[in-house]
Amino acid sequence: MKRQAGDPGRRSGTDMTEGKTMTHSPPPDDKAKYQRVAYYPGCALEGTAHAYDASTRAVGKALGLELDEVPDWNCCGAMEVKNIDPKVQTYLSSRVLSIAANEMHAPVVMAPCNGCYHNLKKAEYDLGHDDASRETVGKISQQAGHAAYQAGQVETIHALDWLKHGVGEAELRTRVSKSLNGLKVANYYGCMYTRPRHIFPEKDCGPGSDSLYQPHFMDDLLAAAGAENVDFPLKTACCGGAHTLSDSDTSTKLVLNILRAAEAAGADVIATECPTCHAGLEMHQVRAEKVFGEKTTVKMLYFTQLLGVALGLSPRSVGVHENVSDGRAALAEKGIA
Amino acid sequence: MPIHEKALIRPENLLTHDKLVVDGVDVSGHWSTFIAPRVVTDYNERLQDEIAALPGGEFVHRCWQCGSCTNVCTVNAVNPDFNPRFWIYLIRMGMESELLRDKDIIWQCVSCNKCTDACPRQVVPEGVMKATARWLELKGHTPKSSSTHFDEEFSEQVIATGKIEEGRIIRNFFARTGQPLRQEWLVEMAKRIARRLPVKLGMVMGFAALVRPRTRGWAKARRAIEGHVAREETRRRAALGLASAAAAAPPSNDSARTG
Repeated sequence: MKRQAGDPGRRSGTDMTEGKTMTHSPPPDDKAKYQRVAYYPGCALEGTAHAYDASTRAVGKALGLELDEVPDWNCCGAMEVKNIDPKVQTYLSSRVLSIAANEMHAPVVMAPCNGCYHNLKKAEYDLGHDDASRETVGKISQQAGHAAYQAGQVETIHALDWLKHGVGEAELRTRVSKSLNGLKVANYYGCMYTRPRHIFPEKDCGPGSDSLYQPHFMDDLLAAAGAENVDFPLKTACCGGAHTLSDSDTSTKLVLNILRAAEAAGADVIATECPTCHAGLEMHQVRAEKVFGEKTTVKMLYFTQLLGVALGLSPRSVGVHENVSDGRAALAEKGIA
Repeated sequence: MPIHEKALIRPENLLTHDKLVVDGVDVSGHWSTFIAPRVVTDYNERLQDEIAALPGGEFVHRCWQCGSCTNVCTVNAVNPDFNPRFWIYLIRMGMESELLRDKDIIWQCVSCNKCTDACPRQVVPEGVMKATARWLELKGHTPKSSSTHFDEEFSEQVIATGKIEEGRIIRNFFARTGQPLRQEWLVEMAKRIARRLPVKLGMVMGFAALVRPRTRGWAKARRAIEGHVAREETRRRAALGLASAAAAAPPSNDSARTG
């Protein structure tokens, strides 16, 4: 049956996505597959989210995992290019996948940025289900002089999957030298890690897989590092990241909801896993204070920064001082750093 | 005739009479509240096809009006006038003039994908919002939104070099939308970072001109993408009955500026 882009197929009964078949069984136990993965940092991690890149690499190194950066990678298209032309976005993401598959021969590509991760997964879905996407990507790839990516060549994972499957809580617990004991953490996953569900067929597959509606991989890892996770209802709420600058008032309201909810839940820090969310929370925390007179004090830290500190790395080496919201005092108060 | 809910019960369409007798029956008071009769004759029967011809709008015809999209909508929670289900209804009915009443807020969709996730008919309402915002701009009903300026600045950089540089995007975006870069809150943010990290300030805020990141060997990909975008733009404008972009507007200065 010929399908169009974005068409997750006909659903029947309780089987919500036809694409979810037995080929997407719960994540395998073989840690080996995740010990050495292709690494796609993306544009933000070379800029405002430099600390996320540094802490991801540092945590990987401390845990004995290896990252091979995808050579000559390009922007995945983020949340913007699709509004100009969705198939260009599919091509941009597919080019990264193509390099990982055809030049690096890597079975797994890891992206710590939610936007990159989402777009690679979306490209994987569209190229597996939509003839028109395959045709356009094939044509542009040919003109650009590289092999077109074929769905299924590479497995795309998030930094959370990488640490959860490649290391796991049991091992992580034994590697923690500076427990996050006493630190109350609200885990914030954002939009792009779980929505829309049809591009994440490996989620909601029972034990070992992450949940679409109550994601917990970050909670699991940070709990293993000793943190106390608070009950945070806005885990997958939207921070308005797509309109952080173009509709700032809306973004400030959305961010303020998240910050207030985290504070109400008793959190000292919000753990983030996305450079756009992280920057949005930091920027609009300042903006809410300056423009609306609404002050909040909860601090934002990338989850990799928290894990790095727990593994005994210095806060400086995981870039805690680079964050706009200065989390050093929050960590020092608990005697962590 | 079915009540077109919001369209017919807007305050200006409610008629009340303190004293009213109809066929000898006294219906004074709240009994005499009526909805003004209205005949809609200005349907645009091509509206659904036009939205479907734009990226994201392809599946608008599938909607069966369950309202799941509006129910979960992030922006609706902030602004109750932001109502994707209602707009999809208007598009499917061809009620263009009703749709135009909300033309200035449709672009505010934040692409959180809650609607696309919740939709039982795979309408991809997020895409329909983007297509509708684009339709409004292409048809000249609204000026380019700040979101469109941002998307264009971003995409032009990606297509030109394969990568983006955030400082450059922020600078160019504020220039495109005619806003001063010295927003009080941006300055405050810069100050907070500067206290600890003077070098990072330049990188984050883009006050310093850094070496522009670019993907090695991007030239061929750039040409291929530009060709695709130009062909698609022509096709979309034709579907909306508009002249080609070259005839309608001066050529983009993108290649000159960002090359």
